[in-house]
Amino acid sequence: MIDHGKVEIHLEKVEVAFGRGTVDEHLVLRGIDLEVKKGQRISIIGSNGAGKTTLLNAIAGTVPICAGKVFIGGVDRAGEREWMRARYVGRVRQDPLAGTAGGMSVIDNLALAARKGSRRFVPSMTPKLRRELVARVAELGMGLENRLKENVNRLSGGQRQALTLLMAAISRPAVLLLDEHIAALDPRNADMVSALTKRFVQEYNLTSITVTHDMKRALDEGDRLVMMHDGRIIVDIEGAEKADMDVEKLIALFGKARGAAFVQDDALLR
Amino acid sequence: MIEGILLEGLIYGIMALGVFMSFRILDFPDLTAEGAFPFGASVGGALIAGGTPAPLALLAAFGAGALAGCATSAIHHGLRVPALLAGIVTITGLYSIDLRVLGGRANLPLIAKNPVMRSAESWLGSSFNTSWASFLAFALITFVILVVLDLFFHSEVGVALGALGNNEASVVSAGVNPVRLRTFGIALGNGLAGLSGALAASYQGFADVNFGQGVIAAGLASVMLGELLIRSNRIGVLLFRVILGSLLFRAIMYAGRSWGYLAGITPNDLKLMTAVLVVVALALTRWKDRLATMGPRRGKAAP
Repeated sequence: MIDHGKVEIHLEKVEVAFGRGTVDEHLVLRGIDLEVKKGQRISIIGSNGAGKTTLLNAIAGTVPICAGKVFIGGVDRAGEREWMRARYVGRVRQDPLAGTAGGMSVIDNLALAARKGSRRFVPSMTPKLRRELVARVAELGMGLENRLKENVNRLSGGQRQALTLLMAAISRPAVLLLDEHIAALDPRNADMVSALTKRFVQEYNLTSITVTHDMKRALDEGDRLVMMHDGRIIVDIEGAEKADMDVEKLIALFGKARGAAFVQDDALLR
Repeated sequence: MIEGILLEGLIYGIMALGVFMSFRILDFPDLTAEGAFPFGASVGGALIAGGTPAPLALLAAFGAGALAGCATSAIHHGLRVPALLAGIVTITGLYSIDLRVLGGRANLPLIAKNPVMRSAESWLGSSFNTSWASFLAFALITFVILVVLDLFFHSEVGVALGALGNNEASVVSAGVNPVRLRTFGIALGNGLAGLSGALAASYQGFADVNFGQGVIAAGLASVMLGELLIRSNRIGVLLFRVILGSLLFRAIMYAGRSWGYLAGITPNDLKLMTAVLVVVALALTRWKDRLATMGPRRGKAAP
């Protein structure tokens, strides 16, 4: 029996198929069981096509699942649409353009996130909320607090991704899904956004699931490491076991768990 | 004559606001205005002819337009019909509905009982020339609509609507049903077109099922001309410039009608003029954009 007071996300035998009912039917997730405790930070790694992003999509409701259950905060939300689940799920994607409305101002984007789920005919901005948001933006240390009225598409990729992250955090989701959210940034911005992520996850006490191709980051950051292959979870380590791990051991483990000699896949698994 | 241009500019400007809503705010190529405009004219005209108070008749015209928008949205979202086709289907169906609303006729004269214009003229009529009085009345109506829309776009729903055309994913992550929101936006835009149709019927003195012909192109031309005049990212300014664009468009059309004969242009050529205006405005906008981005592209990239 699962104690839902401590478990934020619980996936039960989740299956996702693409091209259902056609000859091309392909199971992308083959019965995923995953329990994520409140406040836990999970990193997910795996080669291309392993189903990492689809797993996040299944949690967020971006793709429908064809079997299984998706508990968020103790309630099975598998039947809820993506926009309904957005109240519990915050997400930052790889594409810095994906999370914000480029043709709108910084402050309007923040207002949209701060009033998550509430859509009424009342002013989207109050002096109190504005002060709060300005303080939050100032904490990014990017000078965006002086560019509140500028359109978001005038910001750099790193700034935009930092803003998306802030928007996801201030809506205080039950779980924060990070889908290779620093992969499209240059090294300096990647480090910056990565540090911000760490800070926000701590400050807002968020449960997070991070998909990454960067094995080193996956090992350094987070409390738990999950490795996926071909729609299944093949490695799931935390605590001392994880602390003991390094990239080489991880690659060896991957080869073993996959049940085959690990062919030169490290182009994909840096 | 000048007050005629201004009046037409304001009346059709309200329709252009609707076109602006769908094409610019929602990034949704909605042609429904071509049907919502005469539908609003028919409903408003029939009610006025039947003795309904003018404000109520105008409200009903707005509702009729909004309903037309809902129909297009339902066809588009429910049956996955492309937006353009969904609009055309609605326009086609509305033509017959208009004929019924007008009592089986294609044209309903309103001159004898036209409370909108009469109240507009009597409102300031004693001290002003009557056509200037009605211009002021219409300017007031337009101003009120602009203020209400500006307030709306600063509300929670309004901000979400603004984001929807930009990036649907950002609206979904804000926990908003994008289909319902877009339907609302399309309804609002076509409601404005319907209201504009009823005002146009009052102004012209008759409601006609063929009122809608070419209003989309006229609306687009107005929106684009406005974009040539002012640049801004503030919604109030964006809305206001649609009205300015509409005034400019009517002025150009008026010039074509009055002095076009000097260049061999006849009233038959006005639709061609509209089409050419849309193309010219688009070309000028592109050219302006290129000029604006030329500087930074040649110089160093911003840090």
